[in-house]
Amino acid sequence: MTFALTSERERELEGLLSKYPTKMAACIPLLHLCQEQNNHIDDEVIQFVATRLDLPAAHVKGVVTFYTLFNQHPVGKHQVWVCKTLPCALRGAGNVIKQCEKKLGIHVGETTPDGKVTLRTAECLASCGTAPMIQVDKEYFENLTPERVDEILTRLTS
Amino acid sequence: MLTRSEFLTKVYAVEKGWSLDAYERAQTELFGPAPGGDSGGYRAARKVLGMAQADVVAEAKKANIRGRGGAGFPMGVKWSFMKPHPTKPAYLVINADEGEPGTHKDRTIMERNPHAVVEGCIIGCFGIGAHVAYIYVRDELHLSKARLEGAIAEAKAKGYLGKTPFGRDYPVEVYVHTGAGAYICGEETSLLNSLEGRRGEPRLKPPFPAQAGAFGCPTTVNNLETIAAVPTAFNLGCEEFSKLSALHKLGDGGVRLYGLNGHVKKPGVHELHVGVTLRELIYDLGGGVLGDRELLALIPGGSSTPVLKPDELVSAPDEKSPMHEWHGKSVMDIPLGVDTMRAAGTMLGTCCVTVLAVGTCPVLAMQNLMSFYHHESCGQCTPCREGSAWLDRIVDKILDGEASMEELDSLHDIANNIMGNTICAFGEGTAMPALGFLKKFRKDFEAYVRGERKRADATLLVE
Repeated sequence: MTFALTSERERELEGLLSKYPTKMAACIPLLHLCQEQNNHIDDEVIQFVATRLDLPAAHVKGVVTFYTLFNQHPVGKHQVWVCKTLPCALRGAGNVIKQCEKKLGIHVGETTPDGKVTLRTAECLASCGTAPMIQVDKEYFENLTPERVDEILTRLTS
Repeated sequence: MLTRSEFLTKVYAVEKGWSLDAYERAQTELFGPAPGGDSGGYRAARKVLGMAQADVVAEAKKANIRGRGGAGFPMGVKWSFMKPHPTKPAYLVINADEGEPGTHKDRTIMERNPHAVVEGCIIGCFGIGAHVAYIYVRDELHLSKARLEGAIAEAKAKGYLGKTPFGRDYPVEVYVHTGAGAYICGEETSLLNSLEGRRGEPRLKPPFPAQAGAFGCPTTVNNLETIAAVPTAFNLGCEEFSKLSALHKLGDGGVRLYGLNGHVKKPGVHELHVGVTLRELIYDLGGGVLGDRELLALIPGGSSTPVLKPDELVSAPDEKSPMHEWHGKSVMDIPLGVDTMRAAGTMLGTCCVTVLAVGTCPVLAMQNLMSFYHHESCGQCTPCREGSAWLDRIVDKILDGEASMEELDSLHDIANNIMGNTICAFGEGTAMPALGFLKKFRKDFEAYVRGERKRADATLLVE
C-alpha cells in the first residue's frame, strides 16, 4: 500500500510549496505533515516525499535520520518528553523521570503495552525558568509538582 | 545598575496581549499618539518604509543592538554587509531555534509579543533589501509558532504585509518555518541548510550568509530578540535607544531580556536596561539562592558560556583597555554586557543565568552538559563527533569511580583538540564549558578519581 496524504493535508502541502523558492525547502514541513497522519516515517512515506518534491529518496532518508523529532519506528498515540538538561535537572527533572517511569510502568524510550504513551527524555526545551517540565504532544506543562505530574499522566492514560 | 523597562514586555501582562489591538495600544502608551492620527500600528515600520535604505542601516547601527542570540555581533554592522545582487534576491532569516540550555527568553517574545517580531522583520527586510523573511522556529515551540502565524495574519489583514505594505511599493512577506529537533540548527549556517530542506550540518565560513546564504542568495540571519528590539529602537530614535544602556559607550546599547533559572528563588525573564549586575539579577530580582544557600557557581548565558565562581575578579590591567575601569572588581558587580563578560573570562551569551547553589555536585553538572553536547553534535567534524563522545564517557567513568588521574587529565587534551578544529563554533561550545568546569572544580573531579566521593551521594538538587 503506498502512502498518500488526506485531501486536507494535500491542500496544506500546496500552501507549503508556495512559501519557498525550491521544492526541497518543503521537505521538513512535509515530513511533519506525513508523520501527523502516519504516526511515524517509514520507507513508503520517504518515497512519497521524495516523489512529490523531486528529491532522491536517499536525501529524504538523510533528513529523517538527522532530526530527533522524526520517528523512524512506531510510537505511542501520545509522546511524553521530559526535559533533562541542566537547568531542569537542577529543579528536579530526575525525579519527574522516575515518577513517569513508575506511573506508566515503562522505562524511558519505551511505549506502554496498550500503545497509548511513549516516554522519552528531551534536551533543553526553552522552559528553564519554569522547570521542571514535560511536553505532551504539542503542549508544554511547566512548573511541575509531583501532584501535577500524576494528574497529567492519569488523564493521558485514562 | 538595575533599571527595568517595558518596551517589549508591556503587553506581556495584558489579556490577549499578543493581538494587534493590544500591540497598538501599547505602542501609543509607550511612544505617544501615532503621527498622522492613524491607529499607531506598526508606526516604526511605516516610517522606515518611507526612508532611504542606506539611512535605515545607518540609523540601525546607532542603536548598538548586539546580537542577542549569543555571539553579540552588532546588528547594524551585519545589515551593512548586504549588497544588492544583480540576479539573486536577498533574504532575512530569523533564528528562533532557542535551544541553548538555560535559555528561555525568545519564547516569551513569540508567545506574548509576536507583533514586535513581525514589525521588526518588515524593518529588517527593508534595511537589507529583502522582500521575504523566514522565521525559523524550533518545532517544539508550538504555541510560539501559532502566535507568530496569528500575528502575521493580523498584520496582513491590516495591510502591513503583502504587495504594498502601508501603500508602499515594497512587497514584504513573512513566513514561519519549523525545525525538527536539532540544537545545532541554532547555528546560522546549519539553520540555513535546515531551511533549505537538508540535514542541519553547518557550512564553512567564508562564504558568509551575506554572500551565499539561504538558497545561495545574500542573507542576513538575526536572532529573534535582536529583530524584536528593532521597532523600539526606531520608535525612540536609535541613538536614544542605545543611550538607555549603562554600556552605551562600549557599543552595547539599549534594553534586553535577562533570564534567571536554576537554584534561584524567583526564576523568570526580566526586561532591563543593559548594565545590570549578576548580584542585582540573582539577589534583587531573583530573590536570592534557594534555601538562602551560598552561591557555588553560575553559568552566565547558556551552557556554552564558561562557568563563573562568585569570588572571581576581572583582569584588565592595561590602562588603555576599555575594560580597565572594572579591573580587580568582582564578576558579581560588573555590568552584564557582551564585552564586560569577555573581560571576566566568559561570555554574556544568551544572557540567561543558570544558578548553582552550594550542595550541587559540579562534576554531575558538567556531565549533564557533556551528555547534551554528545547528543547534539551533528557529526561532521571528527574532533567534535569523537571528542564530545569521549568527554561524556570519561566524565561518566569518573563519576562511577572507575577513571584514573591520567583519564581526568586527558579531558583537557580532548577539549583542546576540539577547539579551533571544527567547521562551526559548536566545538568551542562543548570544549570551553568542559575546560571551565575542569579548571575551576579540579578538586571535585579528583575526589571522585580517588574514591573519596561517590555518584550515589552526589546531587543536582538542593531542596
